[in-house]
Amino acid sequence: MKADPASPAGSADTLSQQRPLGDRGFQLLALASGLLVLVILVLIAVTTSQQAASWFSTEGLKIFTNNWDPATNHFGALSFIYGTALTALIAVIIAVPVSVGIALLLTQVVPYRWSRPIVYVVDLLAVVPSVVWGLWGILVFAPWIQHIYASIASGVGGIPVLGALFGPPTSGPSFFTAGIILAFMITPIVTSLSREVIATVPQIDKEGAYALGATRWEMITGAVWPHSQGGVVGAVLLGLGRAMGETIAAALVIGSASNVITTHLFVPGYNMPAVIANQFGEASGVFRSALMGLGVLLFVFTIIINVLARGIVERSARRKRGA
Amino acid sequence: MTAVAAPQQAPDLREPKGWRRSKNRIMTVLMVIAFVLTIIPLGFVLFTVIAKGASIISWQFLTGSPIPPNVLPAGIGGMWPAVLGTLLITGLATLMTVPLGILGAIYLNEYGGRNWLAALIGFMSDVMTGVPSIVMGLFIFSIWVLHFGYSGLAGAFALGCLMLPVVIRSSYEMLRLVPDPLREASYALGATKSRVTLTVVLPAALGGIVSGALLAIARAAGETAPLLFTILTVTQANPNVFSGPNTSLPSQIFSNATQPYTGAQDRGWGAALTLIAICFILMIAARIVTARFTRYSR
Repeated sequence: MKADPASPAGSADTLSQQRPLGDRGFQLLALASGLLVLVILVLIAVTTSQQAASWFSTEGLKIFTNNWDPATNHFGALSFIYGTALTALIAVIIAVPVSVGIALLLTQVVPYRWSRPIVYVVDLLAVVPSVVWGLWGILVFAPWIQHIYASIASGVGGIPVLGALFGPPTSGPSFFTAGIILAFMITPIVTSLSREVIATVPQIDKEGAYALGATRWEMITGAVWPHSQGGVVGAVLLGLGRAMGETIAAALVIGSASNVITTHLFVPGYNMPAVIANQFGEASGVFRSALMGLGVLLFVFTIIINVLARGIVERSARRKRGA
Repeated sequence: MTAVAAPQQAPDLREPKGWRRSKNRIMTVLMVIAFVLTIIPLGFVLFTVIAKGASIISWQFLTGSPIPPNVLPAGIGGMWPAVLGTLLITGLATLMTVPLGILGAIYLNEYGGRNWLAALIGFMSDVMTGVPSIVMGLFIFSIWVLHFGYSGLAGAFALGCLMLPVVIRSSYEMLRLVPDPLREASYALGATKSRVTLTVVLPAALGGIVSGALLAIARAAGETAPLLFTILTVTQANPNVFSGPNTSLPSQIFSNATQPYTGAQDRGWGAALTLIAICFILMIAARIVTARFTRYSR
């Protein structure tokens, strides 16, 4: 390992030619701990893919059909992929305006001594465990919102697009309920990331906007937004990744219905993490391998989204530092 | 955090009139509404859990064993097996992960500097925080459970995989804040790098590192998905964390949530309140550590 010449290590190295064994051992230990992250990620990919191999080989491209029937050994997972995308999308559509709104409120509107309690409250959303959201979702929230769904559905029944999205049939546990619960759960992370990005907007840009006579909102759209656009997009992508992988809350409130691909949002369905959580226990053979394969797909999707999002966030942070 | 303070409003030489002013006000109100929208579900959840859980929780509920069959009403048996399982498994995961995470962060900040390997590890550990918890469960199932069977240890491995990147990231942020002159002064006294790191840098950053670790533990304690296929659920307390199926509060809540019996649901609410209490205690502890022992902060 070559020491960074800018760090004090370089000078220490040249002073004493031979470093004590313990010193080198410690460096190796630290390096090994760092490498553990890469090792785990590679092992995840390898071992789960091995377990999933028989699904990929027996079904081939049929894994992307809409036909999931363990009783007859059919494992087409399209409906789960659709459900994952749909619920994550609903969650993001609900959570992003709220999160960005709170981030702007925190950074541009309220004084510092008020912003800390607000941050605490938003972070509390993240402290509530997923399974508690699920318990509340299935026993309290779903039965309550069912009536709202029913009245919305009867209201928009005949209207072309709205009817296809929000029309009957309706059910408490559904894609939309899962989307709402997921939105609660991703709000803290999207808020805190957006807040970090927005806080890097140079004070002088904002003062410039005010000096030109802008209102606060005009200052936000003119000075804050262009500066933090990229970072907020990254934050949104990270939220999307979280929503895709969130398991237990979705498993409890999504309704657990296989092979549902529909435009109707108020019907029970399934997403990938939920089907793994609910069916893995009694699965064996190709069935288990198929569920493992869903895990592999989920892993790949979330890794791609996270790499993209982190890349975007880091690039916009670097540009900010350079400026 | 810098620059969180709201900018000083420019003096109202000529306040904009009409639509511009209205739009500004509407948008400000919408931002406040966004915050209110998050308070409502949070308050609703906490209220429900406390209202339904408080009447269930008693000394007997927390320490009684075994967990009774679902058909039985609340008040018989207790959640001790789950409480014990959560404490043991989360504790074991903490013992394994926190030292490794801190060491990893030490590599990134003290040894890696700006080289490509440290950059890659830092980036991938950020990416790893986004890996779904259920995937960690499947991973430990295929690499450990298939060969050695279900055990609390397997659950601890799965939780550890979730905690590791979080601990690395938070420790790294804290190490980065330790000012360089501290290191330079120790080098000037002839200390080796490991000695400087262990006796000067680490103690200086310890407050923040502990607080970050506590938050990671709080997150892990509430996780269910990684435990589903690694510890299963049992009704008898299993104090041997290294062998045999175990159970945990989140696993019990998950299995009770789908039961039609009110007794099972009541126990679910009681367990939920216990779990939330554990998570909140950890979070408050983290805040206290941050407030009292953090020497350098952003």
